[in-house]
Amino acid sequence: MTTTLTRTTYREAMREAIRDALHRDERVFLMGEDVGRYGGCFAVSLGLLEEFGPERVRDTPLSESAFVGAGIGAAVAGMRPIVEIMTVNFSLLALDQILNNAATFLHMSGGQVAVPLVIRMTTGAGRQLAAQHSHSLEGWYAHIPGLKVLAPATLEDARGMLWTALEDPDPVLIFEHGSLYNMEGELAPDAGPVDIATAAVRRPGSDVSVIAYGGTLRTALDAAAQLAGDGIDAEVIDLRTLRPLDDAALVASVRRTHRAVIVDEGWRSGSLSAEITARLVEQCFYELDAPVARVCSAEVPMPYAQHLEQAALPSVAGVVDAIRSVVGERA
Amino acid sequence: MTSLDKLDQPGTLDRQVLPDRRTALLWDMLRVRLFEERCVELYSATKIRGFLHVAIGEEAVTAGVMANLRAEDAVVSTYREHGHALSRGVPMDAVMAEMYGKATGCSRGRGGSMHLFDTSRRFYGGNAIVGGGLPVAIGLALADALRGRRTVTACFFGDGAYAEGEFHECANLAALWQLPVLFVCENNLYAMGTALGRHQAETDLALRASSYGMPAWAVDGMDVEEVEEAARHATDQIRDGHGPVFLELRTYRFRAHSMYDPERYRDKAEVAAWRERDPIDLEVRRLREEGLLDETGLAAMREEIQVEVGQACTAAEAAPLEPVEDLTRFVYSEEVRP
Repeated sequence: MTTTLTRTTYREAMREAIRDALHRDERVFLMGEDVGRYGGCFAVSLGLLEEFGPERVRDTPLSESAFVGAGIGAAVAGMRPIVEIMTVNFSLLALDQILNNAATFLHMSGGQVAVPLVIRMTTGAGRQLAAQHSHSLEGWYAHIPGLKVLAPATLEDARGMLWTALEDPDPVLIFEHGSLYNMEGELAPDAGPVDIATAAVRRPGSDVSVIAYGGTLRTALDAAAQLAGDGIDAEVIDLRTLRPLDDAALVASVRRTHRAVIVDEGWRSGSLSAEITARLVEQCFYELDAPVARVCSAEVPMPYAQHLEQAALPSVAGVVDAIRSVVGERA
Repeated sequence: MTSLDKLDQPGTLDRQVLPDRRTALLWDMLRVRLFEERCVELYSATKIRGFLHVAIGEEAVTAGVMANLRAEDAVVSTYREHGHALSRGVPMDAVMAEMYGKATGCSRGRGGSMHLFDTSRRFYGGNAIVGGGLPVAIGLALADALRGRRTVTACFFGDGAYAEGEFHECANLAALWQLPVLFVCENNLYAMGTALGRHQAETDLALRASSYGMPAWAVDGMDVEEVEEAARHATDQIRDGHGPVFLELRTYRFRAHSMYDPERYRDKAEVAAWRERDPIDLEVRRLREEGLLDETGLAAMREEIQVEVGQACTAAEAAPLEPVEDLTRFVYSEEVRP
């Protein structure tokens, strides 16, 4: 590629994705709490109201169930809504609509009612927002047949997943980790749609497969970099799509490295990390040279105080320890 | 009809309704009644399983509202929706086959009694989460409005749904955005077994709905002509771009909530009193008194409908089941839509 890279942020990449979608398709509109006049509670949609007007950038009342359900109805009637929910904790007020309607309509109607809806929301901790703004519940949504669940962790995915999700005929949930919005990096000016079906190897390695996504990708990469100095060559996989899981990519990596560490900001019990562990055991048990290890959030509601919150979250040190534990007897 | 918003009060009942239109309303009610009576028998014969909620006694609401909807309009319904589906034009064969769980059912046997769908008639489902269809109706109306279509989205729900936050969120949103939604509240006085006065602090539902800034009328839901007229005014107003309208149809469910309900919560005398106001008997009496219908005509009408019901049963009996290999179809779309 010969194009010059542009310095940008995750937030701007996401905004550009929304702007691009609004330009591309007149059926697309953005709807949610404070997405317009306020500019989005994380400033993702700043300036879009001025550019596209109140019909297409719609501020809603604080009625999660009504506006998420309205997104479902509008999608059924032929529009391509992007519904923004401020945080995953608030999405629980719309869980009825997401689970009982968006995820079921196609099947319950015998294939008649498809719901081409995209719902974006913030997830995750790290900003001292305590127990009602910080949880990582995307694993719950990944439990639900009928939904697709995405977790963009890079600028390319922040820029590129939205359009592909809008083109998908079924409901797609996009989880944006709150700590990523200020992440800076380089992006090609012509960056565009990306696939939403596969996991990606973000750092190739041969000794252990470190499986992460969203907010934990950086943690995994930092841990891998740290261990490189000690002669441990960790491969880091970014799940990208949490449902459906790209089993083939995970299994292929573990067949090379024979070890796996899963880094998931969700709680350990009944989690996405548990599901991945089960699949690895089911599909490549005899390839494993060590038990699968997991680094998850402590099983507490997220506390406010910084030191407590940090202690509750997967850390670089925690991932380093987990990797060392599974590669320990290798040499 | 009691109007709570005088400015938007429909006129007094127009007695110039054409005889054939009124006969059609009767026919529609009777068709729903006979279909549901057969469903009750089929349930006892274990041909139909799961939950079966019949709306016997509430047919005037269905017929009166549906008579004012056009093909381009949309309908969202509840789990007590056989009548809504039939009146909307979903073929009786497809509805009956769905009750049987057959492949020829309108939801290919995946929905059953509570989830009848027919997108070709913009019939977006029986929703079995009380209040759960309301937000979807808001979205259908929003999409139609954004596309410049002059349609009405009619959303049926009961007095039980009035206690759900989703109703209040949606009433506010529809009025705020002036969406073309017809709120059809079928107030049958019971949220399953809990009487209205035991679950609502203010039992005048239209009064409360009017506080959202939309016209809200309470209507005698046992009188199909009153329902038809109120719905006509409401849909005219909505089509003219004046935003949502709320109709409270005061009606009564003659039968149990579902086939499992022992009805410990209400007196037989109360049911008997409401049966005196049977919407079908009321309309038959009226048409007879005016010389528009006689015994022979009524018998012929019943016979014609019973033949249709019988044929629907025969077809459903003979219809194939969905292959088990297709169990996981329709969890995700099979083709990319344009």
